[in-house]
Amino acid sequence: MVAADSEGPSDPGVRMFRRQRSIPLRGSAAALSNNLSVLQLPVCNLTHFGVVHGPSAQLLSVAPEGVPLAQRQLHAKEGAGVSSPLITQVHWCALPFRVLLVLTSHRGIQMYESDGSVMVYWHALDSRDASPVQAMFARGIASCGHFICVGMWSGRVLVFDIPAKGPNIVLSEELAGHPTSVTDIASEPAQEQDCMADVVTADDSGLLCVWRSGPEFKLLTRIPGFGVPCTSVQLWKGIAAVGYGNGQVRLYETSTGALHVQINAHARAICALDLAPEVGKLLSAAEDTFVHIWKLSKRTESGCTEPSLPQVEHCHGECVPDTQVCGARFCDPSGSSFAVTGYDLAEILTFSSE
Amino acid sequence: MSVRALPLLFLNLGGEMLYILDQRLRAQNIPGDKARRDEWTEVDRKRVLHDIILTMFNKSFIEELLKPQELYSKKALRTIYDRLAHASIMKLNQASMDKLYDLMTMALKYQVLLCPRPKDVLLVTFNHLDTIKGLIQDNPALLHLVDETLRQLIEVYGGLSAGEFQLIRQTLLTFFQDLHIRVSLFLKDKVQNSNGRFVLPVSGPVPWGIEVPGLIRMFDNKGEEVRRVEFPHGGNYVTAPKEGSFEVYGDRVLKLGTNMYSVNRPVETHTSGTSKNLSSQAQQSIAPNPLAKEELNFLAKLMGGMEIKKTSGPEPGFRLNLFTTDEEEEQAALTRPEELSHEVVNIQATQDQQRNQELARIMGEFEVMDQPRWSASKGDDLLAMMDEL
Repeated sequence: MVAADSEGPSDPGVRMFRRQRSIPLRGSAAALSNNLSVLQLPVCNLTHFGVVHGPSAQLLSVAPEGVPLAQRQLHAKEGAGVSSPLITQVHWCALPFRVLLVLTSHRGIQMYESDGSVMVYWHALDSRDASPVQAMFARGIASCGHFICVGMWSGRVLVFDIPAKGPNIVLSEELAGHPTSVTDIASEPAQEQDCMADVVTADDSGLLCVWRSGPEFKLLTRIPGFGVPCTSVQLWKGIAAVGYGNGQVRLYETSTGALHVQINAHARAICALDLAPEVGKLLSAAEDTFVHIWKLSKRTESGCTEPSLPQVEHCHGECVPDTQVCGARFCDPSGSSFAVTGYDLAEILTFSSE
Repeated sequence: MSVRALPLLFLNLGGEMLYILDQRLRAQNIPGDKARRDEWTEVDRKRVLHDIILTMFNKSFIEELLKPQELYSKKALRTIYDRLAHASIMKLNQASMDKLYDLMTMALKYQVLLCPRPKDVLLVTFNHLDTIKGLIQDNPALLHLVDETLRQLIEVYGGLSAGEFQLIRQTLLTFFQDLHIRVSLFLKDKVQNSNGRFVLPVSGPVPWGIEVPGLIRMFDNKGEEVRRVEFPHGGNYVTAPKEGSFEVYGDRVLKLGTNMYSVNRPVETHTSGTSKNLSSQAQQSIAPNPLAKEELNFLAKLMGGMEIKKTSGPEPGFRLNLFTTDEEEEQAALTRPEELSHEVVNIQATQDQQRNQELARIMGEFEVMDQPRWSASKGDDLLAMMDEL
């Protein structure tokens, strides 16, 4: 069982996406969720990739056709503890005037200039908050305007205020909203109406918190879980696309908290979701070795004044044989190429439909 | 990562070790009356298993193990199993111990990777404990020890959330990252590819609590379902038949963690050309301080209770060879790739005299069977010839 297309030419032999050249990694990818970050730099025709190996993370610069140009390894900052600290996530945050690379670990939060060359900020996890029965870590990273939000094992979300340049980063707020460990955070540029949500945070219990960012973040809605961890979340036009540990993808309208779409998408836990916002494409990847691509749209019920209903269509499915996928991202704004990482795999697999 | 992963790692690896030793010893089983003085008998086999199980399930050992703590390094774990394997009259050379550990770790890696749900790692553990109980049916005291451990596991893990189990699974997979030793049994059964990676099937039952993929359901603003669409999901799945039992006794349903070794299937490992990612392995073995101070303390505490079996006689112990011949064992030792060397640290567990006396006292409270007096002629130059089939 390999690829399965729902659209495209009726000839079953013609596939929409083809495997491209793999990008070799120095170290294999760790079994984490959301274990791939991509920074697209169309201006210089480069793509940056970030993958967590364990106590280190690898950054790669890649030219078109998958030719690797440069690589750098970053390590989790040491601290008290038995073993070397493990990194939980690496993610590029695009802010209005700069791009920062954020690295979360079991010791704290490290922020770098986008090429990873200089650490501009370090925030250590507060060991006074430590519980003996739970491991401490930071996990879940998203930028929103000039803020960067990072989730914690305790359920708190730290909001950092980032200046246009320089290292004067300040912890602006600590959001309390989650009873269990944060798993992922998503954001989108603020929409037309003032009251639209622009940040969604998710946790291990499956609970989602919908926020409006600002000097003081405001909690707008809480969408309850159902006993299954939420592993990955994306936000598109006020729709929260959520991946769960039971292989489901759900779409919620953030203004009402209503569930509009439920997809039995995968046979194992979802490890990553990604969006190509300009075209409304959603990518879901799971530990079942599959990656699926979906087309999101909003449809208004005729004569209805309520928010339009999210719709979804399946576009493409890809099987990555014998690979427990741990990260997946679109590599271009039109969603015509994507990259995948897998546990124990020392390469980034790339697929393109062009 | 998770502070609850160590007990599951330890007990499952220990279980695999017992399966392999049991198979090896059975394969060499000579009827008692016909055995020469230097051959393994049924009595010897039972003795070895009994001693190891007694040590492994020691009450204070298990209590110490179940405390929330980080996973220790590969070196530290390997050191414990070295001691455990030598808790009895049996001796293993370095090459055999390496092979034993390779088999143990690859088997558990396979089981953790193939677990349908993260929580099923607990069922794998229960399978190991159930099978261990099967090996000691004639020993009520030992059975009680294992049952006690089962109860404690249920107490500690029964209340954990799905998210916490997911973290445990990720922690265990991190421990096994980059190990690609090929195991002949796995290759033959087609669960492992020739590149050392395990086969992940895309057919069969979905995990309990997961729906078969392929359905999209859409709802309106009132929550009414307005549309259903199927999509081609690429796999060939069916619904799960039933859930395994998490009680002390019950049908686990899952087969992972049961004994896959049988007397007639010799198991080989292939270490050459497997490890492509040298950087991660190398970084671990060339560290100037092989074990952190905390790890040493932990090991000293645990292994203080392992010094119970002192066989009498000038040359204690029989040697068990995990290879077919002595020559093969020697050859394996010489050709083992550098990056796979399991360095073992010699720990003087007698550092803390008072503590060890206390632990020794606790150990002494258990019923210990009479130790047979081994005659000096049963030296340690034993050959275990296995019949090739």
